[in-house]
Amino acid sequence: MNVSRRWLEDFLRRPLEPRDLAERLTMLGAPVDSVQPLHADLSDVLVGLVEEVRPHPNADRLRLCVVNQGASERRNVVCGASNVTAGHKYPFAPVGATLPGGLQIEERKLRGETSQGMLCSARELGLGQDGEGIWELQTDAAPGTRLLDALPIADHRLVIDVGPNRPDLLGHKGIARELSASYGAPFRLPAIPSPVLTDVPPARRVGNTTEVGGVRAGIEDPEGCPRLLGAVLRGVKVGPSPAWLTYRLEAVGVRSINNVVDATNYVMLELNQPMHAYDIAKLQGSSVIARRARAGELVMTLDGIVRKVTPEMTVIADAEGPIGIAGVMGSAGSEVGADTVDVFLECAYFNPTLVRRTRRALGLSTEASYRFERGIDRWGGAEALRRCIEIISATAGGELVAAPVDLGPGPANPPRIFLRPARVNHVLGIELPWHAVESYLVAVGATLVPKPDDGRIAVEAPSWRPDLTREIDLVEEVARLHGYQNFPAELRPFRSSVLPDAAIERITSEVRQGLTRQGLIEVLPLPMAPADGKESVPLANPLSSTEGYLRRRLLPGLVRLVEGNWAKHVADVRLFEIGTIFIAGPSGERPREERHVAAVLTGRREPPHWTGSGEARIDLWDLKGQFEAAVGLAVPGGVVQVEGSGWIAQDSRGRTVGQAGPIEADALPWAAPLFGFELVVDPAPRLPARFAPLPSTPSSERVLALLLVEGTSVRQVEELLRRVGGSLLESVVIESDYRAPELPAGTRSVAFRLSFRAPDRTLRDAEVDAVEARMLAALSGELGIQRRDGGGPAGGE
Amino acid sequence: MPDSTGYPDLDAMLPRLTAVARLGSDALAAEIIAVLGRKNGAITLALKSVPSRPPEERKAYGAAVNQLKARFEEAFALRGETLEAERRASEQAGVDLTMPARHRWIGAEHPVTRVVDEIVEIFRGLGFSVAVGPEVETDWYNFTALNFPADHPAMDMHDTLYLDAPPIAGEQGGRLLLRTHTSPVQIRTLLESPPPVRVVIPGMVYRNDPFDPSHAPAFSQIEGLAVDEGISFVDLKATLVHFAHRFFTPTTKVRFRPSFFPFTEPSAEMDVECQLCHGTGCPACKGTGWMEILGCGMVHPAVFEHTGVDAERYTGWAFGMGPHRITMLRYGIPDIRLLYDGDMRFLEQFVAGRNA
Repeated sequence: MNVSRRWLEDFLRRPLEPRDLAERLTMLGAPVDSVQPLHADLSDVLVGLVEEVRPHPNADRLRLCVVNQGASERRNVVCGASNVTAGHKYPFAPVGATLPGGLQIEERKLRGETSQGMLCSARELGLGQDGEGIWELQTDAAPGTRLLDALPIADHRLVIDVGPNRPDLLGHKGIARELSASYGAPFRLPAIPSPVLTDVPPARRVGNTTEVGGVRAGIEDPEGCPRLLGAVLRGVKVGPSPAWLTYRLEAVGVRSINNVVDATNYVMLELNQPMHAYDIAKLQGSSVIARRARAGELVMTLDGIVRKVTPEMTVIADAEGPIGIAGVMGSAGSEVGADTVDVFLECAYFNPTLVRRTRRALGLSTEASYRFERGIDRWGGAEALRRCIEIISATAGGELVAAPVDLGPGPANPPRIFLRPARVNHVLGIELPWHAVESYLVAVGATLVPKPDDGRIAVEAPSWRPDLTREIDLVEEVARLHGYQNFPAELRPFRSSVLPDAAIERITSEVRQGLTRQGLIEVLPLPMAPADGKESVPLANPLSSTEGYLRRRLLPGLVRLVEGNWAKHVADVRLFEIGTIFIAGPSGERPREERHVAAVLTGRREPPHWTGSGEARIDLWDLKGQFEAAVGLAVPGGVVQVEGSGWIAQDSRGRTVGQAGPIEADALPWAAPLFGFELVVDPAPRLPARFAPLPSTPSSERVLALLLVEGTSVRQVEELLRRVGGSLLESVVIESDYRAPELPAGTRSVAFRLSFRAPDRTLRDAEVDAVEARMLAALSGELGIQRRDGGGPAGGE
Repeated sequence: MPDSTGYPDLDAMLPRLTAVARLGSDALAAEIIAVLGRKNGAITLALKSVPSRPPEERKAYGAAVNQLKARFEEAFALRGETLEAERRASEQAGVDLTMPARHRWIGAEHPVTRVVDEIVEIFRGLGFSVAVGPEVETDWYNFTALNFPADHPAMDMHDTLYLDAPPIAGEQGGRLLLRTHTSPVQIRTLLESPPPVRVVIPGMVYRNDPFDPSHAPAFSQIEGLAVDEGISFVDLKATLVHFAHRFFTPTTKVRFRPSFFPFTEPSAEMDVECQLCHGTGCPACKGTGWMEILGCGMVHPAVFEHTGVDAERYTGWAFGMGPHRITMLRYGIPDIRLLYDGDMRFLEQFVAGRNA
């Protein structure tokens, strides 16, 4: 909502400082997004009195003028406009002035005559489209007065962010009411300059159909249009609006069209009542009826587009068909134009919900629909219509041939809200005296009636505040007008939460910390993705057709981020994400949501260094290490198994909960291999780590270099060693995996370093030898594995 | 125990073992070959001699040789390390210590995560616990129960992404959507846990907003909810001022101004002094000197009515803030898209210790 400082000043009849004004409105709940000074670029322009006009001796179309620019100073000006006349005042830009657009005025010679300044047209000053001739000023200001001081054009435009609950702030009057409370000063409607008609008769209450000034008006759709006021003005002279009206509209960014249309716009911007003027000559059967649209009806709206209206929409129609879409836009066919003589003024209250549905269905949002769907003042129409008639009669003449009419049911008793004074203080936490509460409520326009029987106060909310319907709404008004800044910020005793933290959040945090310790960097990409199998969840209104689904896995998104890094020539990428994935459920059920963790790795294993360390690339074993670490963090009791060319993770119940392996991607030629994993984060609670007594006895080490035959895995060997070694075998470490031609065909040599320990005694060599012998026997018997070398003890501690 | 192997030929090698600690670098290399060399090393020869020993002696002798071998290996290794350290120390004088250090890759949390954690930590200290809820919600949880009137302009503040799926039946059902705020978790919490309630709710929320420098279709939010007997607007203001002073600085100016949310009343917006210009006005704060940090208010009685909480007995307050936006303000990040791109060069700026 654009607001003019001057307009508000006319309501409050006091000068307003723009910064203070913005601050007050912001603290009242109408935040000011910006304050724009208007026409500040005219500060160099003066009122100039042309005292003498002579023909130019050397040019037929130029004139020599003597301009009085105040303080008895005279300037010679060469001027090309034909309308300049001695004794009149014009905007004068002296030498040294800068005009809008940056034109600098300098002294110069035109056909041999010196010119010491410039007389300006309205267009040259950015004040309208009139570029024909110099702009003759109607002002009493003395020559030399700054133009900004002589005309009411120096203004500030405030851009206010009005919340959807406050339709009353969509007009200057509503904002003036708030300011009136803030300044503690009265406000009233500004006077209209040179009024003609000051005694508009009150609107005549009629039923649902009537005749006014020769026009039949009616409501056939009381749901869509509960109230319709109308008036007929005959013999208007449509033309340009006077300066005061043009300035008002332009100050808030509305273009002046003509005196009739401008009057309706003025009333909307001042009183938040959208209005419409119809050219009676263009009405078929001289009627204006609010009714539902009929199937198949078309309207060509003012923007020149033909729109199909439906029976869900309310229209204004004449005898032929729709001439406007109620609350949204009028039609081109009934528009007021230069040749209009008789006008019908429509001033209605349209159903907010229906207007909202209509404008959404048509995709057509207008200043009017914006206001109607928020709910205008249901009983404010009479004042608005009267004001509109006054302005038109002052600016376009015309005769009000009959009293205005008011269709629809009359006002009922306004709903009452019961307020308990104690509740106000209970919710707000302060002790406000009752007279303060009362004055705040009166300031917003409420009427208070005490109920002596139960101590409650019956409050009638003003009709322009549809948001005030229950007690808490009044509490908010009290807090707002008291000023949030006036509440203390003292921390008072509170009861701490007894709810446990959500387990998944704590676990997520542990997994995240674990993976950052592993050197991975967290990302939070968007969860929208292309379709990824039958279980992908589709969006009804996706932002992009290529990402029309919710992701079912995290990895594809991470791979896209790696590709993005590659495109920026970043080769070393180690990313992880912990996020939600979505799996479509049976029809009529919610999708399943799961928290996953995934990572991608490519590039160097360590940062490059001049010593040459850090050149090694991340490989499968780095991936396996990251995967095992992640499984340890995310899946209690989980194990990693070989599957295809990578690994899977299984939880303690044997379900597959993750995979890891090399990844195909759109890699650039220089890119290192890409690896990745994805894993379900198990929300089950974690058991705390258990202390194991530190060893107090020495261990005994053995190295077994074994010839593994094709098809035998290290895991099989290790399982056998552990089974045979029992509790004495403390650890198994693979020292090397060796393939060479000198080994028997189809074998490899793997060195296992075994560590034996008994918790309660020093193991004797003989004991370890015996275990080792049993291991070798089992290896040979079960897996056909022989020792490669003669072997022997590997030294002890 | 006297240092003896029990075998004279082995005992003869013991002085050589003691001498290792005095060998120079070249001498050490020669001695390793002389002792452990594959062909003629003294130990190697001793091992080779095992089969020629009397059978009853072979095993023990073999063990003794191996033990001695291990002691030699250990001594050689130790001496080698000592010599290497000496060499480095002696070279130190000539080393250019301005050469770059060797680092390791260091992991990092996303800057938004860091901000979320910090916020949650402050509220934990104020007696809050952490709650979460689903990201796909029904109309009822996301709007109806939070007092959003149907067909009302308040809905325009929440441009919603809907699922292409049939609606969920039942009173708490409706169309399936991606939650537009974390506030539905207020509803879930109140339905499940009777007051007193004091929770913070972090999570992702979604809007049908295309990417631009300050908008994203998905972003994080942290919701807070405190419901108990006797909770007032003063508690709301005091707690959030305390939060702002902890999160920013103890002297950061804070202001509350009226606002509108369907599920709170009175509603407020909390601004803090612009962290870039400290209140003098700059482009980041549009010249106001203030930055909008969170929306808050007293829980609307309609929310209590929808969740079966006695609105006469209990009052409460709630807030919601956007960690993505706060992250941008805090670190001076000009474009929200940087937080989604996964660009290593961006993310590595937030490695702990690198960006104090």
